[in-house]
Amino acid sequence: MTTQTPTMTASKRIGEHTVQFQHVFLAGRGTAVGPREGAGPLGDYFDHVEDETLAGEQTPEKAERQYLQTAARIAMEQANARSDDIQYFLSGDLLNQIITSNFVAHKLDIPFFGLFSACATFAQGLGLGSMLLEGDFANYVLVACSSHYQSVERQYRYPIELNVQRKATNQSTTTGAGAVVLQRDGTGPRITLHTTGRVVDYGLQDVNDMGSAMAPAAADTLLRHLRDTNQTVGDYDLILTGDLGSFGSHMFRVLMKDAGITLGNKHNDCGVLLYSPMQQPGAGASGAACAPVVILGYALKEMENSRYNRILCLPTGSLHSPLSYQQGENIPTISHAIAIEW
Amino acid sequence: MDPKRYQQLVKERLPKPNGVQGVTRAFLVGGAIALLGQIIYDFYRVIEPTQGEAVATTLATLILIGGILTALGVYDDLAEWAGAGASVPITGFANTIVASAMEFRREGFILGLGSKMFSVAGPVIVFATVVGFIVGLIKSAVLGLFS
Repeated sequence: MTTQTPTMTASKRIGEHTVQFQHVFLAGRGTAVGPREGAGPLGDYFDHVEDETLAGEQTPEKAERQYLQTAARIAMEQANARSDDIQYFLSGDLLNQIITSNFVAHKLDIPFFGLFSACATFAQGLGLGSMLLEGDFANYVLVACSSHYQSVERQYRYPIELNVQRKATNQSTTTGAGAVVLQRDGTGPRITLHTTGRVVDYGLQDVNDMGSAMAPAAADTLLRHLRDTNQTVGDYDLILTGDLGSFGSHMFRVLMKDAGITLGNKHNDCGVLLYSPMQQPGAGASGAACAPVVILGYALKEMENSRYNRILCLPTGSLHSPLSYQQGENIPTISHAIAIEW
Repeated sequence: MDPKRYQQLVKERLPKPNGVQGVTRAFLVGGAIALLGQIIYDFYRVIEPTQGEAVATTLATLILIGGILTALGVYDDLAEWAGAGASVPITGFANTIVASAMEFRREGFILGLGSKMFSVAGPVIVFATVVGFIVGLIKSAVLGLFS
């Protein structure tokens, strides 16, 4: 029996791991954050700042749903789209069984794909949502992501009131949510390129230093993205990693330099931007909401102000579970790239 | 970059904790808690009939103080500042139990509070008992040899 070589017909692919889009527009954006994020240097960029971390709820898990719902509502209002207009809801969070997204998907009553790439989930959603639109499978897709300091802390670390001292490399989970309505065709900012991340494991195991563990994933995806699209760092106005934090960002630049690429002042990190150094001991913010609120709140508003025209977002995620690290396994990490142009 | 070399680089560049500051803060807070314990003990020594009872009521009072400071949301901030100075004294031990109880209360009294209250303090109790047993064995062996 002879095997036939399959003909390559995927015309929207460029290079090895990248896809390009013509029709994907960010029609509406919503960000909702907690009081600590609101009091930070980016406070004015967010659409909604809660007065109280628990947003009037009894548990942080319920509060996280409030944030996600608020962000989704704002994004839908801005896009002028109702639940009935949206064909797919893509969302994820950090809680077991992505319980926040599941409950909110029920409330929104939109056909739902639950996602998980830890803190890179938002980029995973943008990539898949763009494919749904570009493939003509939908006119509107809602992509969202959330995290809450207290709910994540109790799942991955310790009780909130416990006597633990943070290390300089510890990061603090963002309380909030970001949501975006992607529309097939339109005007304004659009997603043009997406490079899907591979799971990268450089053998790091310290859950108190996830920035260093994730930096190789960000570097891997950025290098593949530049190679696939035949671009240089100079083609972007901003390269925005998700939540490497200050030390992880440093290691990211070391890795890029080793590969012969100097990032200079092109690189910034959502985790570094979100809190002022006075607000938070440690290396900055993290969490699944960190990248979406900074990308949708800060980066896109700065694009609106014409400060940036072309940005590359590289949210990063640590894919370990409390179980895997207690059993002594390495931290597997991932980073997905999304290019946005205005 | 080769993962081994990367791990090495991370290790070399990792921000170093400020040892002098850490030790000073731990000394100040740990010392203050010990001083407070001494004052409480001296007070109980006057009203309690025996030294043993004065020690027991002193420890109970410190545990109560640790618990209240935890409930007020103060103790974790104190530990953030002072590190071991706040986590090693018995007030820190009280904090581990009260913090867990507060955290898991939402999952109910039995499966939440009841079963998870000792999730952080549990290992301390287990290994304190084990070490106590071993030290006891050594003590009796040594005393047995010389008696």
